[in-house]
Amino acid sequence: MDRRVAEDLIDGQLSWPQLKEILFHPKDPERFQVVMDILRERLGWKEPVLLPLAEHLYVVQKGSERVVRCDCGFEFGDCRENWKTKARVFVRNDESLLLEIYPQMMHSDPEWMELREFYCPGCFALLEVEAVPPGYPVLFDFEPDIDGFYEWLGLPLPSSAGD
Amino acid sequence: MTVAKGGVGGAPIGWDGKTLLEMLEESERLFQEKGRYLGIDQLELKEEDHFRYERAFAKLRGALVAARETALHISASPIVRNIGELCFALYTPEGDSIVVSTGIIVHVHTMSEAIKWMVRNNYERDPGIRPGDIFTNNDPAVGNVHTTDVHTMVPIFWEDELVGWASGVTHQVDIGAHIPGHDPVTPTSRFEDGFHLTCERIGEDEHIRQDHRLRSQRAVRSPLYWDLDEKCRAAGAYLIRDAALRFIAEEGIDYYKRFTREVVEEGRRIFMARVRERLLPGRYRAASFAGIPWKEEAWQPKARRDFICHAPMEIVIGRDGDFFLTMEGASAPGYHAFNCAEGPMQGAIWVLLSQMLVYDGKVNDGSYLALRHYFPPGSWCNAQDPQLSYSTPWAFLIPAFTGLTRCLSRALFARGYWEEVVSGYGFTGDAIQGGGYLAFNGEYWPAANFEISAVGLGASAVRDGLDWGYAMWNPESDQGDAELWELLEIGIPYLARRVKADTAGYGKYRGGSGWEAVRLLVGNRDAELYIGRADGPTFMGPGVFGGYPQATSYRLWSRGSEIMDRAAKGQPYPLGDDPDTDEFEELAGGEVMRRPAAMMMPEMFQDRDVLHYVLSGGPGCGDPLERPAQRVVDDMNGGIFSERIAEDVFGVVASRDEGQERWTLDEEAADARRQEIRRLRAERSLPYEEFWQRERQLIEEGQLGEPVRGMFRESMGLSEAWAQEFRAFWKLPEGFEP
Repeated sequence: MDRRVAEDLIDGQLSWPQLKEILFHPKDPERFQVVMDILRERLGWKEPVLLPLAEHLYVVQKGSERVVRCDCGFEFGDCRENWKTKARVFVRNDESLLLEIYPQMMHSDPEWMELREFYCPGCFALLEVEAVPPGYPVLFDFEPDIDGFYEWLGLPLPSSAGD
Repeated sequence: MTVAKGGVGGAPIGWDGKTLLEMLEESERLFQEKGRYLGIDQLELKEEDHFRYERAFAKLRGALVAARETALHISASPIVRNIGELCFALYTPEGDSIVVSTGIIVHVHTMSEAIKWMVRNNYERDPGIRPGDIFTNNDPAVGNVHTTDVHTMVPIFWEDELVGWASGVTHQVDIGAHIPGHDPVTPTSRFEDGFHLTCERIGEDEHIRQDHRLRSQRAVRSPLYWDLDEKCRAAGAYLIRDAALRFIAEEGIDYYKRFTREVVEEGRRIFMARVRERLLPGRYRAASFAGIPWKEEAWQPKARRDFICHAPMEIVIGRDGDFFLTMEGASAPGYHAFNCAEGPMQGAIWVLLSQMLVYDGKVNDGSYLALRHYFPPGSWCNAQDPQLSYSTPWAFLIPAFTGLTRCLSRALFARGYWEEVVSGYGFTGDAIQGGGYLAFNGEYWPAANFEISAVGLGASAVRDGLDWGYAMWNPESDQGDAELWELLEIGIPYLARRVKADTAGYGKYRGGSGWEAVRLLVGNRDAELYIGRADGPTFMGPGVFGGYPQATSYRLWSRGSEIMDRAAKGQPYPLGDDPDTDEFEELAGGEVMRRPAAMMMPEMFQDRDVLHYVLSGGPGCGDPLERPAQRVVDDMNGGIFSERIAEDVFGVVASRDEGQERWTLDEEAADARRQEIRRLRAERSLPYEEFWQRERQLIEEGQLGEPVRGMFRESMGLSEAWAQEFRAFWKLPEGFEP
């Protein structure tokens, strides 16, 4: 994928006809690198970024550690731990809090289900919303096998490449 | 007539002198031992002559699509004829799908399970499988989703061998359950689910037997639709059989046999390649829920309880590309219509993966074979009890598989394929079911609306979700014209269909919007109507990366409305509802009922009554505060979001001059509002540890509500692994029960 197209893709600037072209065509195997080049450049971090984990969140090689870091710079710690345990949490668990953001009757019954909003403590971006019954264990959404992934890609891990 | 092999006591009808059961067992053994379909190493035909191979696939695929397009015109049901709730597939003798048509392809794998069930039960020996035989299945305990999806399967013989099966499915208007409709919500056991056909031979010599036709037409409330649907399926299956026989005549039987094997193996390899191409190794987790508030409402005493379906999902992708999906920890089945057999769960994985990963590959049971799954026996998603009711498993299955979209989306995002991210989908429910009798002639009209197949799709990471145009079980979804549904549902014409504000899940990219309809009862003796949709007490599923779940639905109707009087005076009537105002009450008049849960048990309605319902939106993706403010204003001008939601969720302030219809962005006010919301987030949120202590306290002190406690107990009772994880997470003592 052309770098300029990839930038527009990341920024949500592609029109539907352009997106349709991309969706209809076979996937470009170099996409990961193209996207990572753009993201690394934009973030401007000296430590190598290993992959985008979610909107705002990246796994970064920091010395011998792999940490989850928000694009604002806040670090959530080891990527093998759930980043949510370092987040700020706001729970919509009563009618009035749900009614702040949903019309009457168009939301859950808070006794049955609450909304948990996980914010970055650095910039207060909303990173994830959980819709779960009260008392439900916090979900560890995604634990990537980064070494395995780079094996699949046939790429050296940025740290070992001295990136 | 010569008695063909496969008759009772006849010689084997499988290949090379084997029985079908021997073929199936060999196939399963070879797959187990070698990890490849029938142990195939080389795609020899493909390698020898790639063009012939691809042309052969296109020939069969074209025949399947053409058979569907032709056969649906035999049906009279708008569900089949106009919305296309049917599909066809060609299977191997053992029951593996080779090539499929377009349409409701969730059933490609369920029909596979039905064929395998016949093979495992040695139908070859008794009742026999002969050329010209016609078999039908709709038993949910035999691979099917629910009784209303009826399969017709015909064997394809070349000389003395069975070389495959042609099979088709249609969704019925009515299935003769204890209440009218196709997805009845009240059954509590198999014996209320309606007409069952458990892989029965219903025809011989290419002729549907009269005794079956008479029996089945007396078993349902809409015999005309049943009869023509059956003919539609049989005709489609025979078109496919004939196409397969033409293929064999042109290409040779040896080519056909080898080709059909290789294509399934290729389908498996394509899936494996897609996993490596688009996903990444690791562990993914999600959980979805469906709450049913039946303590007061259920008909049968045993069904009266409030409960929640728990659908945890974990996907582990190994470095070797192994894809394993488990729902360990799923809650229990029960006295309700929402239990699910394993076959439909397998079909649901298949239909979603064929949309998210292998839509440009060879779509067949190869994809199914390429992954491993575990649906816990004895749980709601693999109930293993034929006596339970399975009339509407979609109520749980649909929310459950939003977890799959979220899991795969995390991988697609990490790989840079942001355009493929999909945060979930809307609940394809809420349109009316039931039926009524016209006053002037007593004629029955069924309410069996399939406009449900046009709900909102979840947002991707680069664009909003598709508005009012998606169904997870049919990639060719269609809302259908209101006028068309009125031909079927003649006693309840539409007053309005319109965009339902605030149903799109909030996010940087919003989910596809839902919509609403208002219907008026006219010319009836009486009508019994109900609605199946499992949200209200619970959201169906969140979005991803900060996207919110789409709004839930609610019930609203007016009894004895004043609409006819208002219409006579030329006064406005309700075109929808804003639940934050009482406009509906003012415009409809009569006795208005509002209730927060979406599910509606059967209610009797009379002329002049008005019924309102909401079709779901899809969830969002990303933080709503990052949605460009002008796009939110565009949404307001399109009726997607109300002023209050724009301001309080998206932090977008817009103004509208008196008498003006369009909103204009107030940039300064919007910036200030967004800053205020960020400040609120900082002020009101807790450090994780404090949140954890508070939630733990709820559990430890027994403050959880009854349906939540019940759900935890069911899951912990069925899965020691899940119980241990629950206790470990909250640091609760061994043996603790919520």
